[in-house]
Amino acid sequence: MRSSPTAPWGLKVAAWGAIAFLHIPLALIILYAFSAEDKSYVFPPPALTTQWFGVAWQREDVWAAIRLSFEVAAWSTAIAVVLGALAAAALARASFFGRDAISLLLILPIALPGVVTGIALRSAYGTLEIPFSFWTIVIGHATFCVVVVFNNAVARLRRLNPNLIEASMDLGADGFQTVRHIILPQLGSALLAGALLAFALSFDEVIVTTFTAGQQTTLPIWMLQELIRPRQRPVTNVVAVVIIALTFIPILAAYWLTRADEPVHR
Amino acid sequence: MNPSLALPAPRGGALRRLSDLLYARRSLLLLALLAPPLLWFGVIYLGSLFALLANAFFGLDDFTGQVVREFTLKNFVELGSPANRDVVIRSVTMAVAVTLACTVIAFPLAYYMARHATGALKALLYIAVMLPLWSSYLVRLYAWKLLLAREGAISWLAKELHLVWLLEAVLSLPSIGGPSLSFSAIGTFVVFVYMWLPFMILPIQAAIERIPGSFLEASSDLGAGPVLTFRRVVLPLALPGVAAGSIFTFSLTLGDYIIPQVIGDSTRYIGQVVYMQQGVAGNVPFAAAFSLVPIVVIGVYLYLAKRMGAFDAL
Repeated sequence: MRSSPTAPWGLKVAAWGAIAFLHIPLALIILYAFSAEDKSYVFPPPALTTQWFGVAWQREDVWAAIRLSFEVAAWSTAIAVVLGALAAAALARASFFGRDAISLLLILPIALPGVVTGIALRSAYGTLEIPFSFWTIVIGHATFCVVVVFNNAVARLRRLNPNLIEASMDLGADGFQTVRHIILPQLGSALLAGALLAFALSFDEVIVTTFTAGQQTTLPIWMLQELIRPRQRPVTNVVAVVIIALTFIPILAAYWLTRADEPVHR
Repeated sequence: MNPSLALPAPRGGALRRLSDLLYARRSLLLLALLAPPLLWFGVIYLGSLFALLANAFFGLDDFTGQVVREFTLKNFVELGSPANRDVVIRSVTMAVAVTLACTVIAFPLAYYMARHATGALKALLYIAVMLPLWSSYLVRLYAWKLLLAREGAISWLAKELHLVWLLEAVLSLPSIGGPSLSFSAIGTFVVFVYMWLPFMILPIQAAIERIPGSFLEASSDLGAGPVLTFRRVVLPLALPGVAAGSIFTFSLTLGDYIIPQVIGDSTRYIGQVVYMQQGVAGNVPFAAAFSLVPIVVIGVYLYLAKRMGAFDAL
């Protein structure tokens, strides 16, 4: 495809306007973390201070929420990587009856509204009388994280030269050796990228979690409580910045790891 | 022979035989690969959806508040009540409006990314769209609470630009206005558009990227101006991308209960009713029945989108 270097100015304005629309709110969050005002959301902040970072650091409830979210995200990611990689290996090149149905099934948990997945799990737990626990959260998160790993792995597997696998087998390696020495080294960074995104997705998820968490407070649930009933605005401002920083790292890393992969086309 | 180039020695034993068996019988390999994900999704996910469906036909004992596992259509009768019908209509209207607004805002950026940006600029724009998509939903919502608050940045900007009268006029609009932006349907709408915009930009960009440049040249060689080329060539070919993006904007709007709870007047949307029925009211059966509404709406929408070729652009 050829691209013309000069864009009409109207197009440029509209495009950069959309970018500004996407990013100004994020910039504002960073500004507010330093606001000296602690009773309202007044703009512009009357003065700037760094004292709230120290205050937030002391908060045991924030730390507990961060820990819980980390553990949930770690377990969900681990499960999602295994299931997503297996499904990708099966579906990347094969064509068989029911293939499309299976990929639809994998996408369904994020294609259907979060409340549907949430209330579905909630009714299943209720019907089977499973009490809410750490694992009821993990099961929900793992289910919608699979598709992220799957998408990344499929994109990479389709790019993988099938001759390499043939060559490996011709040279006497068995299937497991081929997987270990040929496929995994090439798939590794795509799986890592998928894992990072799945981690970010789980770390941030709130809608399904509110249906499956019972009384437990993950970081997003802590944040949600503050959104509905603001009690400590300065601490919330700081936590918001920390969350942005924590999620930007895996997202950028995932982008860097898969930047050569084509986006998934069927 | 250089030892570092030596191949791993062929192994013998059970592992090798298993490997050979899986190689010879591809369907067996496929089954071994698919079994864990299929079990997980079949049992947990489909099982849960089935439990949801079953619960929709259960009732609630008025006296004890316990779920009664007997077949009843009471929940569906209740769905037809005027109050609930209003909730559904409001939610679907919002979803349609959000989808249209996202398309209009996303299109120029997607076009610019696909046809004009190259190299580092293109990568930068891509990251600029992807970061908000993946970064925290709640933090971005919180940002809008700061922006839209009465004492917040938008009111300040209106004052600086002497446009307070405009803000007041917008807020005094019947049914979509409110005491401040963060307590109005306009606020809810803006935040929805903001949240799902990246989901619209990326598929449109992918669709435009796939239009061969020669098509556009052919169009202009045949005498079409930019407007006509856009209308007759670019737009029809980008439509699958729009449809793909709209699946996200539509479905996410229909299912969200947090945005209208944090930013908005106190009118309710489908997600909020589902959440409150299962939580405060403890009426899981009615919540289950209500959550079938977005499934049906989205099912119809997906069917229409598929006919427009949306899935080829995902």
